[in-house]
Amino acid sequence: NKAISADARTMRSARDARTMRSARDAKRKGSPLRSLSDFTSLEEKPQFPGASAEFVDSLEFIQPNVISGIPIYRVMDRQGQILNPSEDPNIPKEQVLKFYHTMTLLNTMDRILYESQRQGRISFYMTNYGEEGTHVGSAAAMNHTDIVFGQYREAGVLMYRDYPLKLFMSQCYGNANDTGKGRQMPVHYGSKEQNFVTISSPLATQIPQAVGAAYALKRENADRAVICYFGEGAASEGDAHAAFNFSATLECPIIFFCRNNGYAISTPTSEQYRGDGIAARGPGYGIISIRVDGNDVFAVYNATKEARRRAVAENQPFLIEAMTYRIGHHSTSDDSSAYRSVDEVNYWDKQDHPISRLRHYMLHRGWWDEEQEKIWRKKSRKMVMEAFEEAERASKPSLEHMFTDVYSEMPPQLRKQQESLMKHLKVYGEHYPLDSFEK
Amino acid sequence: MAALRVVEALGGNRAVRHVLRWSLACAPVPRRTAAHFTFQPDPEPTEYGPTQKMNLFQAVHSAMDNTLAKDPTAVIFGEDVAFGGVFRCTVGLRDKYGKDRVFNTPLCEQGIVGFGIGVAVAGATSIAEIQFADYIFPAFDQIVNEAAKYRYRSGDLFNCGSLTIRAPWGCVGHGALYHSQSPEAFFGHCAGVKVVIPRSPIQAKGLLLSCIEDQNPCIFFEPKILYRAAVEQVPVEPYQIPLSQAEILQEGSDVTLLSWGTQVHVIREVADMAQEKLGLSCEVIDLRTILPWDIETICKSVTKTGRLLISHEAPVTGGFASEISSTVQETSQRSLQKK
Repeated sequence: NKAISADARTMRSARDARTMRSARDAKRKGSPLRSLSDFTSLEEKPQFPGASAEFVDSLEFIQPNVISGIPIYRVMDRQGQILNPSEDPNIPKEQVLKFYHTMTLLNTMDRILYESQRQGRISFYMTNYGEEGTHVGSAAAMNHTDIVFGQYREAGVLMYRDYPLKLFMSQCYGNANDTGKGRQMPVHYGSKEQNFVTISSPLATQIPQAVGAAYALKRENADRAVICYFGEGAASEGDAHAAFNFSATLECPIIFFCRNNGYAISTPTSEQYRGDGIAARGPGYGIISIRVDGNDVFAVYNATKEARRRAVAENQPFLIEAMTYRIGHHSTSDDSSAYRSVDEVNYWDKQDHPISRLRHYMLHRGWWDEEQEKIWRKKSRKMVMEAFEEAERASKPSLEHMFTDVYSEMPPQLRKQQESLMKHLKVYGEHYPLDSFEK
Repeated sequence: MAALRVVEALGGNRAVRHVLRWSLACAPVPRRTAAHFTFQPDPEPTEYGPTQKMNLFQAVHSAMDNTLAKDPTAVIFGEDVAFGGVFRCTVGLRDKYGKDRVFNTPLCEQGIVGFGIGVAVAGATSIAEIQFADYIFPAFDQIVNEAAKYRYRSGDLFNCGSLTIRAPWGCVGHGALYHSQSPEAFFGHCAGVKVVIPRSPIQAKGLLLSCIEDQNPCIFFEPKILYRAAVEQVPVEPYQIPLSQAEILQEGSDVTLLSWGTQVHVIREVADMAQEKLGLSCEVIDLRTILPWDIETICKSVTKTGRLLISHEAPVTGGFASEISSTVQETSQRSLQKK
């Protein structure tokens, strides 16, 4: 297995990353056309423009190293003990409490909205169980003005940016308070104020878009970066390939954040890829990469913080693969017991959960106790229930919003369709649920 | 019986075949580059200041030059645009405006459009080039599911209105399957994007500048056979030609002829033939914008003439003529039955 050292391993060492960068810089700065002297050397060295490498005189294929892959960076163990004091981010108590409040509030919202879907009160839902740490740790490491592109299982990022419960609920109910005007399925959140680009269902499409946004930010020169989330399944899409490659060649200040939770609906990672996960692909694109324990909010925070710092300073992309486990079903339309064991799920829920790990840490520090836990549980439940009931009571948006925003202006033929619907409803309105929509 | 007739674009191919037959019979050397149309320049525009003789690629270049000069956020990117583009549309722009504004991307169309959407979402002007319209399909998902729906799905929180996608389009005599396609009808079915096709250098510059300025994602198809062949006096300064407005090039009373792109020159010639040989007065219209298209101008014309012939290079089944013909039948039925 020595061959892999030529690829993924070497790239990980800072020294080699530096070497690579300076080689790249040299190439970039110089004229793309080589001078004649480059071609007159009698020395036996490779001159191919496509790679910078030495010749070898024995046949040897490069072997991928999947048995002993890129290691998983951890800051605290499962009992919430800091493993290496020099890696302790020493986050102040107030902010750690915010981490915890955000993760648990999200968890409470998940439980209530999941139940509400089971009762047919909303049409669809996707929980974040087990991945709360990846959201909060990364969100805390970014600036509020940094742009977020997500997949759909990153509600904790919005929550960390203080997105109101009322608006989460309004989106799921598609009511008149929904800033998306009730047009998308539940959990397709978006917020201008939170710099969180509206979620769409097609997987991975946001990844090259995030790169474009990062390029525009680089030109603005405004100390802003982009973070782009996606699952390990989405990483199989062509758009992921496009994005990684564009970000490297166009030198964009972006952090690719992959949530590797082991499953894409029912498909286990063994059917998703055969390399060493997603992190191992980064170096192939010339992207500095790391793998972290996604259930360790401090590990996620540290990696994101450093990646952000360097991405902005050096205008280059970073790839973070956060290893987690999808504890909940894929969505409310999925029963995950059809393809995985309850024991497996229970292990992650009971033995290695981002929320309980942070709680252990806070208990050690004397920042939290059972009493506070009880009070907060009650309070957060109350907050969610209030927002929930309000969202349920609100009416749906006005019907005109079916026709607006298709274009910035309304083309005449679309206006005609709108008028046609209104005429239709005048005659057949009794067959439609008009009472639930705003007038 | 309705007198509406919709025919496909045989005109061009027939012309080529005739030339071929003629040359095989009469001349020893077949002329591979024989054109199936005669470009008819428009009169020099007077309202936009000084003009310069430009062919279509130079007019496109001039539009982008104007844009980069006045909009510091504007960037141009795609495969091989840095050295000037395989059709010379971006020649010199990199030297004039910098490497960060005119640059090559990796060879990946879905990436180019996705990247372009992202630039636009961040608020900058984004001009993406797809090297041939034939290769726009890898980006179909990004165009149809993403670009077209960005504003609607976000409740107007986000949009990619400042994105323009340019692509060489249409037959070129010898482009075969993948350097000849006219894919406008695929996009004509996609609410949220605008699809625009010019017939000449003056039109190309004015319509392209409108696309770039428009607050919606636009696809601008450039008839590549006209890149060098079409030459006319084009204003040097920026000017705009409105989108979603067809242009009546020749007034007539017996029949409406409708087309877009190079085919406009074919129907112009047909109008002359019809006048000369049949004594028919043809109203010749350039549709210019495929989506959202100018229903009013077309229907008004057909109400007057009572007959309509639509012609395009793209395949008949599912071609954009079907949309036009059914709409006109629905809207101007009475006028059609009259004749």
